Amino acid sequence: MATYVAPVPQVSADRAEREVRGWTSWITTTDHKRIGIMYMVTTFIFFGLGGAEALMMRLQLGSPNNTLVTPQTYNQLFTMHGTTMVFLFVVPMMAGLANYFVPLMIGARDMAYPRLNALSYWLLLAGGIVFYASIFWNPPEAGWTSYVPLSSSTYTPSGGQDAWIYLVHLTGISSILGAINLYATIANMRARGMSWGRLPLFVWTILTYSVLIIFAMPVIAAAVTMLLTDRHFGTHFFDSTSGGSPLLWQHLFWFFGHPEVYIMVLPGFGVISEILPVFARKPIFGYKAIAASTVAIAFFGFLTWAHHMFTAPIPEAILVFVMISSYLVAVPTGVKILNWVATLWRGTIEFRTPLLFCVGGITIFLIGGLSGVLLATFPIDWQVNETYFLVAHLHFVLMGGAVFTIFAAIYYWFPKITGRMLSEGLGKASFGLMFLGVLSTFLIQHVLGLDGMPRRVYEYDNVGHLKLYNAISTGGSFVLALGVLVTIVNVARSLKVGVAAGPDPWKANTLEWFTASPPPANNFDVVPAIRSAEPMKDIRREVDRRSLDGRDRGAATVPAGNTQVGV
Amino acid sequence: MLAFFTPLSGGSPNADHIDNLYKITLIAALVIFILVEGGLLYALVKFRARKGAVAAQIRGNTRLELGWTSAAALILLALAVLTFTKLGSIENPPNSGIQGDRLAGTGGLAYASAERKLPPNGKALNIQVLARQYIWQFVYPGAAESDGLGAPYSYEELVVPTETTVALDITSSDVVHSWWIPELGGKFQAVPGYHNYTWFKIPKPGIYRGQCAVLCGRGHARMIATVKAVPPAQFDAWLSAQKQQIAEANAEAKTERAKLSSQTGAGQVENP
Repeated sequence: MATYVAPVPQVSADRAEREVRGWTSWITTTDHKRIGIMYMVTTFIFFGLGGAEALMMRLQLGSPNNTLVTPQTYNQLFTMHGTTMVFLFVVPMMAGLANYFVPLMIGARDMAYPRLNALSYWLLLAGGIVFYASIFWNPPEAGWTSYVPLSSSTYTPSGGQDAWIYLVHLTGISSILGAINLYATIANMRARGMSWGRLPLFVWTILTYSVLIIFAMPVIAAAVTMLLTDRHFGTHFFDSTSGGSPLLWQHLFWFFGHPEVYIMVLPGFGVISEILPVFARKPIFGYKAIAASTVAIAFFGFLTWAHHMFTAPIPEAILVFVMISSYLVAVPTGVKILNWVATLWRGTIEFRTPLLFCVGGITIFLIGGLSGVLLATFPIDWQVNETYFLVAHLHFVLMGGAVFTIFAAIYYWFPKITGRMLSEGLGKASFGLMFLGVLSTFLIQHVLGLDGMPRRVYEYDNVGHLKLYNAISTGGSFVLALGVLVTIVNVARSLKVGVAAGPDPWKANTLEWFTASPPPANNFDVVPAIRSAEPMKDIRREVDRRSLDGRDRGAATVPAGNTQVGV
Repeated sequence: MLAFFTPLSGGSPNADHIDNLYKITLIAALVIFILVEGGLLYALVKFRARKGAVAAQIRGNTRLELGWTSAAALILLALAVLTFTKLGSIENPPNSGIQGDRLAGTGGLAYASAERKLPPNGKALNIQVLARQYIWQFVYPGAAESDGLGAPYSYEELVVPTETTVALDITSSDVVHSWWIPELGGKFQAVPGYHNYTWFKIPKPGIYRGQCAVLCGRGHARMIATVKAVPPAQFDAWLSAQKQQIAEANAEAKTERAKLSSQTGAGQVENP
């Protein structure tokens, strides 16, 4: 014992490789952290573009019979908005977060296939650029669901539809490669002692996200290939006059499209499961139940696609089956929410911005989940489907499950990525505006749908309260946008003047906080052995014990995890 | 108060039954929301960090977790059972009322199938709804000619008798559309190559408006439909007037065609 020198949970950066600089270092990098940053920055830019499209739609709908944009432009706006948010923002943003943090959280030095990782990013960027280049010619206008026959060459001859197909293909390949990479990394590169039962819950959700992508993305790839050959090479997969079937498209699209919802929200659930225990200073309640419910949601998620087709001419037996399977998905989802509430119960909750975005996200998602039960009941769906009720439902699900959790992740992990803290004041202002913005934009949209306003219409008559309700929704959307803007200002400001974060500003539980902020190129010089699902707690306890033992000799120091930060 | 937050109804029994099912499900959802959100807010306020407070290091409680998992499953099971008990009244059309149209000379009988539900006595006013960019066409029974052509039809406005069960056979000739008159029940896609079925039965004369509910192109927002319910006698008069007009127009077209073919010899062309 006397000769023992306690390890210091700090990385000595002098042994890291020489730092490479300049723009060439970014385009040639295979470092998972740099690729992760590129993913996050790129997808956030697309988030801005998709948001701008949404605001233009809300302006058009701000008053009845408005003529701000033409019907054609309006159709292009919602097609671009939906496609952007799904394929270019939420899914790749989750890939970016996973890229940066999965290797750090499992104690790996990089992803399993670093070059494949770079390829995934560049495919995503290429898909996004070609898609957005279409705005200089003819953007797509058949909706992000691109139902046939509307998206066929007869009814939408423009090249924008082909740009859409190209985008789905490229981002699909990008996602599949990324998913294989993440799966291989998680399966093979965990630190010594990190068994499946000690995997951080965010990593569990990313593992499930990867499996979902590997099963769902090839289906949409096949469907858009069939659409491409129907459009250009004379096939008739979806042409009912030649023996094809327009319903085949709906089945294939939603067989991908419904798991896609879980691809978008499960990583967000993982973020919540990481952040709540840190700020409640309490272990997660029911680790096994949360991990198991993630897998259960993914499994049942593959059985429910036809609930998007309740109004299509399909046999009643399918309606009944899909209603039951959709109800079944609600059970593990509800269990997760109750586990989160129980995690906060009897904790000591610190109201920092990441926690606020998590509980705000849970509230918003809860509303979306409950309206989902109404939509899963098919006779009710016959009334509310394809209306603003549905628009409200899907935005509550994705705002709560994806957008708010992404913002929680930004506030939680920004100190790790940059070494600087974000401003708490601006963060809370951003949260408040975004939370109010979501509620005022989307709650009233339920009523719009119930009053008979279908989605995807560029105008409406001034009947009933439609004018008032639409005006409220438009106003709310600008409050939401302002909230997002405050976070952008916060990030820009903190990059220059943010308080230094130190390796572990939150006293968190997982391994990414063991290394310096920002982490060196090799992540860890020493990877500690893992003894529980909360390795940093073990390490802090060990350091405390040894520093007491070795205090006389001055052999160790308490980690420099300064918790008294903030503006 | 709750009416503000429920679907439109009042035009047909199926819409009313959907509204009823919606209200019960909504109340269940609101109760769950209040309980869960209340628990969340209570935890946030009650267990906020204070000086000297120590977080309880609890990692789970198997009995509690099994309990709430079963509770969630039971609530959903109850909702499923409720839906199935109400399904018949939403899906199965009733007989026409005594005051309804007697459907003389309009057939009134149709074949039934697994998808197509008929009233118990098999009698309904069967109307074909044909969707195309961006207009609705309604074809009434009672073809005048032996080849099935010459049936009366109308565009945009569907005129129907009150107290009479009206069965719709919905299809499309181009892209996917969706039939929806909110006060008369749910929406049903019109898909080329497929038939979709629904029904309604309107108690009182009135006008019910709706519009296409699946994106069908640039004119989607203007693809409107109106259902006008009139007393049966008025409907019969309207239908025979419509028939007469169509027959007259057809006859006129026939003579014009004959005149034209004698002038140009188009009649001589094989497979014109």
